[in-house]
Amino acid sequence: MLCEHCGKNVANTHVKRTINGKTYEAMLCPECAAEMGFGSLMGTINLGSLLGSTFTEALSGKRIAENQIVCPQCGASFSDITQTGRVGCAKCYEIFYDRLVPSLQRIHGKTRHAGKLPSGAGIEAKRRNELDSLRQQLAQAVENQEYEKAAQLRDSIRGIEEKEGDGNEG
Amino acid sequence: MKAKWYETSGDYGDIVISTRIRLARNLAEYPFPERMSASQRRECENKIKETVLNNGAGISKRFKYLELGLLPQAQVVSLVERHLISPEFAKDNDAKLLLLDDESVSVMINEEDHIRLQVMRSGLDPDGAFELADKLDTLLDEQLHFAFDDNLGYLTACPTNLGTGMRASVMLHLPALQENGSIAQLSSTISKLGLAIRGIYGEGSRPLGAIYQISNQVTLGISEKAAIANLRGIAVQLIAQEKSLREKMVLDERTVDSIWRSYGILTNARMISSDEFMQLISNVRLGVSAGLIDSVSMDTINRLTVNAQAGMISMHEGRDMTAAERDKARAEMIRTALAS
Repeated sequence: MLCEHCGKNVANTHVKRTINGKTYEAMLCPECAAEMGFGSLMGTINLGSLLGSTFTEALSGKRIAENQIVCPQCGASFSDITQTGRVGCAKCYEIFYDRLVPSLQRIHGKTRHAGKLPSGAGIEAKRRNELDSLRQQLAQAVENQEYEKAAQLRDSIRGIEEKEGDGNEG
Repeated sequence: MKAKWYETSGDYGDIVISTRIRLARNLAEYPFPERMSASQRRECENKIKETVLNNGAGISKRFKYLELGLLPQAQVVSLVERHLISPEFAKDNDAKLLLLDDESVSVMINEEDHIRLQVMRSGLDPDGAFELADKLDTLLDEQLHFAFDDNLGYLTACPTNLGTGMRASVMLHLPALQENGSIAQLSSTISKLGLAIRGIYGEGSRPLGAIYQISNQVTLGISEKAAIANLRGIAVQLIAQEKSLREKMVLDERTVDSIWRSYGILTNARMISSDEFMQLISNVRLGVSAGLIDSVSMDTINRLTVNAQAGMISMHEGRDMTAAERDKARAEMIRTALAS
């Protein structure tokens, strides 16, 4: 079969990855697999900076054209990032997001922030944070057998979830 | 003069030397420091400086603005020795630092990130240190626009800091676990929990003075509170293991002998190198915590551990010194401190 990503080359690599509970599975050609961060286990170990080496796997494909893309804000290319292990600016995370995610998954095991939000954070992030916190409190209440409190928390969670639903429909 | 944070001992002070919380933040409108132009760097520097010094909060009056390029070399080295700045930052002649009067808070400007805010506490106190770091961060957030992404959290130059941008660490004295050979095994267990343990001074598997640091490695997908609770949990377990091993260790005559020999050398030597001092003070620290030596307090040991380092001694003397001169001054400082 042909690669599910580029649709051009013969696929010989089966990949599977779970991020934030969502499983991605595909048949890819070696180039696309490498580019998407499914590095070959037999690939040479880069003894340069540890992080640089995590990224270089994503570069081992032939996608040179894509590597010509530079960040419009700071001028960094993806190869600048892999070589230094440092991202150029905030915008780079947007431009190179897809290519950075596999490395982030490897470093942190997760790719979605759970923690403090600055005053300028989006409504969606705030809502998600509130839900996370309420769910934690709910688990705690159930563990402590505080059922009345648990029921209240469950109602609050439902309230927020329903509002979210409204938002999506509207 | 206000007492410095490291001149006292805190919770679990017989084992835990200090706790540090570091937050990495960047201003959304500038590239990260490595890719900034000179004028952007200057602008960004001034913004951060003004925000810290003039944000209206009481604490802002207690910050001092330091240009490292204008300081004597010994003072710059001493800032590294007190863990107030990183060794890389010390090499940057153009570096600027904001430092609280008791040295418990430092803000490195344009290190790897625009802002590296750091809070230090003696003993085990990650919650207290975080509370202050969080408060200061919120104050800065009111006036600065931080680079943030709903999915990735606070955006940092190095992806290993993405998310909370928080690194929490605890410095522990673990002579018994080291002697017992358990550190390597602990290290692999700890790494599975998203934390790391490493020696602070010297290379190899037996760091100088048996001082280790544990810190969180994962910053994305875990909240600050949860990361701190993990760190605290592991620290408390390490403390318990170290304590129970110490109880057996100090029953051994050879340990007792080496504690008193170390005390003997420190109270009598006329010249002593930094490495020898670190080794010996580790034994004395163990002796004090086991109640064998009662004439010395943990506060004295903590103070001495910081003050007997090379840069601190040169700074204290107010001049550049040869190694031999420093060894002499160090020995004298130690004798005075342990005698009082």
